[in-house]
Amino acid sequence: MAFDLAFIWAILIAFAVLAYVVLDGFDLGIGILFPFVKADGDRDVMMNSVAPIWDGNETWLVLGGGGLFAAFPLAYATLMPALYTPLIAMLLGLVFRGVAFEFRFRAEKSRRVWDVGFAAGSILAAFCQGIALGAFIQGVAIEGRAYAGGWFDWLTPFTLLTGVALVVGYAMLGAAWLILKTTGELQERAYALALPLGAGMLAMIGAVSLWTPLLHPDIADRWFSWPNMLLVAPVPVLVIAAVAGLYWAIATGRDRLPFLLTQFLFVLSYIGLGISMFPYIVPRQFTIWDAAAPPESLGFLLVGAGILIPVILGYTAYAYWVFRGKVDPQAGYH
Amino acid sequence: MFEGLDATVLARAQFAFTVAFHIVFPAFTIGLASYLAVLEGLWLWTKRDVYLRLFKYWIKIFAVAFGMGVVSGLVMSYQFGTNWSVFSDRTGPILGPLMGYEVLSAFFLEAGFLGIMLFGLNRVGKGLHFFATLMVAAGTLFSAFWILSVNSWMHTPAGYAINDVGQFVPDDWWAIVFNPSFPYRLVHMVLAAYLTTAFVVGAVAAFHLLRDRANEGARVMFSMAMWMALVVAPIQVVAGDMHGLNTLEHQPAKIAAMEGHFETQTGAPLILFGLPDMEAEETRYAVEIPRLGSLILTHSWDGEVPGLEEWAPEDRPNAAVIFWTFRVMVGLGMLMMLVGLISLVLRLRRRLHESRWFHRIAIVMGPSGFIAVLAGWVTTEMGRQPWTVQGLMRTSESVSPIGAPAVAASLAAFAVVYFLVFGAGVYYILRLMRKPPVPSEPDMPAKRPIEAAGRAAGRAAAGVPDARPMGAE
Repeated sequence: MAFDLAFIWAILIAFAVLAYVVLDGFDLGIGILFPFVKADGDRDVMMNSVAPIWDGNETWLVLGGGGLFAAFPLAYATLMPALYTPLIAMLLGLVFRGVAFEFRFRAEKSRRVWDVGFAAGSILAAFCQGIALGAFIQGVAIEGRAYAGGWFDWLTPFTLLTGVALVVGYAMLGAAWLILKTTGELQERAYALALPLGAGMLAMIGAVSLWTPLLHPDIADRWFSWPNMLLVAPVPVLVIAAVAGLYWAIATGRDRLPFLLTQFLFVLSYIGLGISMFPYIVPRQFTIWDAAAPPESLGFLLVGAGILIPVILGYTAYAYWVFRGKVDPQAGYH
Repeated sequence: MFEGLDATVLARAQFAFTVAFHIVFPAFTIGLASYLAVLEGLWLWTKRDVYLRLFKYWIKIFAVAFGMGVVSGLVMSYQFGTNWSVFSDRTGPILGPLMGYEVLSAFFLEAGFLGIMLFGLNRVGKGLHFFATLMVAAGTLFSAFWILSVNSWMHTPAGYAINDVGQFVPDDWWAIVFNPSFPYRLVHMVLAAYLTTAFVVGAVAAFHLLRDRANEGARVMFSMAMWMALVVAPIQVVAGDMHGLNTLEHQPAKIAAMEGHFETQTGAPLILFGLPDMEAEETRYAVEIPRLGSLILTHSWDGEVPGLEEWAPEDRPNAAVIFWTFRVMVGLGMLMMLVGLISLVLRLRRRLHESRWFHRIAIVMGPSGFIAVLAGWVTTEMGRQPWTVQGLMRTSESVSPIGAPAVAASLAAFAVVYFLVFGAGVYYILRLMRKPPVPSEPDMPAKRPIEAAGRAAGRAAAGVPDARPMGAE
């Protein structure tokens, strides 16, 4: 019974984090692309394209953190101190970009300040999320039930790579979102940005995928030993197919396909990460069963999650449906 | 040892700083969300244009305040782990699921419907839009429910067992959620949020009445705010008294510190003012009313009231601070009640909208709710010290193994960013409040690009109210 609950919760938290990446990735990407789009009117459109939904998107990050606290308190209590600096920098970045949605339109003379705040906050948040991811993959020092490392353990060449990788990936998602939601010059600009960003994203996926098995023999084992290799082979094969499809979709001027394929690439990378990490929740220290809260806690929240998550997905989908279609720059419905 | 102590003090300072900034926004937006739902409901019911005008006026302010509440709240949800990891590990099995319910039942609800509430009226129609407004308002209240259950459990833990690795684990969820202090704290805080909003709305209305007493929007909202003050402030006094009695039962040391009592006594006086001195174990320069302390706390003329001497010095909350924060809160509560009563007298004499002196008082009282909320929270939280979980887990045992320099650096970063960002936000809110509610209330927040570009063309063109209010162009 305890086995099942811990596993279900690991899946649920993994789902929450994936939902966060899929949903908030593109609206962080909009911020990352702000410096590449100069016209004030275009920036209005970019912001308006995500203004009604960004808050809901970010809530998945709260669920990821809150769910970890509830279901795997030991993991929460050791990973948070280990990732202290990147997490706090990420939060500060999210503060800047979150308030910019309102402040930018309320400011008169200081509008530029919030343009910069939106862009810098988005880039910082994305970069720190990537660093946190990299630091999680490379593992943290533990003694007993506590983090035992220093406050700069997270800073390595690998984590800097994952930081940059996530910024590039989110920027690509942002460009694909703009292709989906805009028309005219802004859309053309997004197409032009998407090509190098797509290439960059492919390079980053490749670099991180090759580096990760080098970090630990058991990760390499999982990917390169027989017959595992056969089981996991679909992941890299699908990545290559998706990238080819993405290039074709951008080159032929498709509206929706670039966004869907970029999201698909994120999902594939995420699955790859899951293959490397499972069943650890604090890599090579605590498995999901070591860190799980007692079954009474897991069961109590699971009842609510089972009822409420489908409802949440329902009204989230409804909100997206209400604001469907192209953003009309003339109407500025915001 | 000394370094460890330092990191604890810094972590406490960081939590106090970030949570104090945060609570200001929910205290305002819980009340404002309900107020917006009432305004929209009145508009749909009476079809009076003035309610829609006020709805559009306040929703702009709500959007800015809510955004700040969201981002400052996000910080809180990670603070437990970053700065209080031992606390997180040990209380996670109990507090984690409660916060999980907060995220699932409140945060998503608010965030999911906020977009429709702010930008969607012409897309979904009036009925569904009103539903969205109600969902946002309900979300703020659900959020208050769960987070106050969490907080109350830390004051009056119940329904738990302790497992072999020292974690608090659930034994009885009903007892955990509805722990002894929770109902009182929930009522007290929600009423506080409503009062905070009422006095802000009242102050803004009074400000515009002083400029133009014929402004219909200002007249309506002043009247609504003063009804609220009249009805809710006395209820809050009763609720606060009951909360105090509950605290006396479960956390007597906190009451002793709040009252500045060092000796346990029967027929204890009420110390009106004084300077509690923790070292000397006495309250200096005390101005007392004999026996009133016992009367208030035990509802009996010679009831026994405990003093701090009952506890070892290291187990005592700091009376020097909370004696005063408690008096600030109570004093403001009394003033709020007085304002409500004066408004009734003026209303009966049909002078409510004409008494300029009273409008000036209402403006001065504008921030009173925020100050009272902060003072109240300082009282209850410092009153729980030196414990994070009353009587079971000390604050000094709760902290993360993070060095003092790291905590100090992040505290400094939070301070700089918060003052900058939230300072700007408050400035924008005040600027929105300075404009009077006018019949051609600009649509929220449509036409921002064009409004910005064509400001000289006049605001009248920006938003002519019609059947498609917010977001319609």
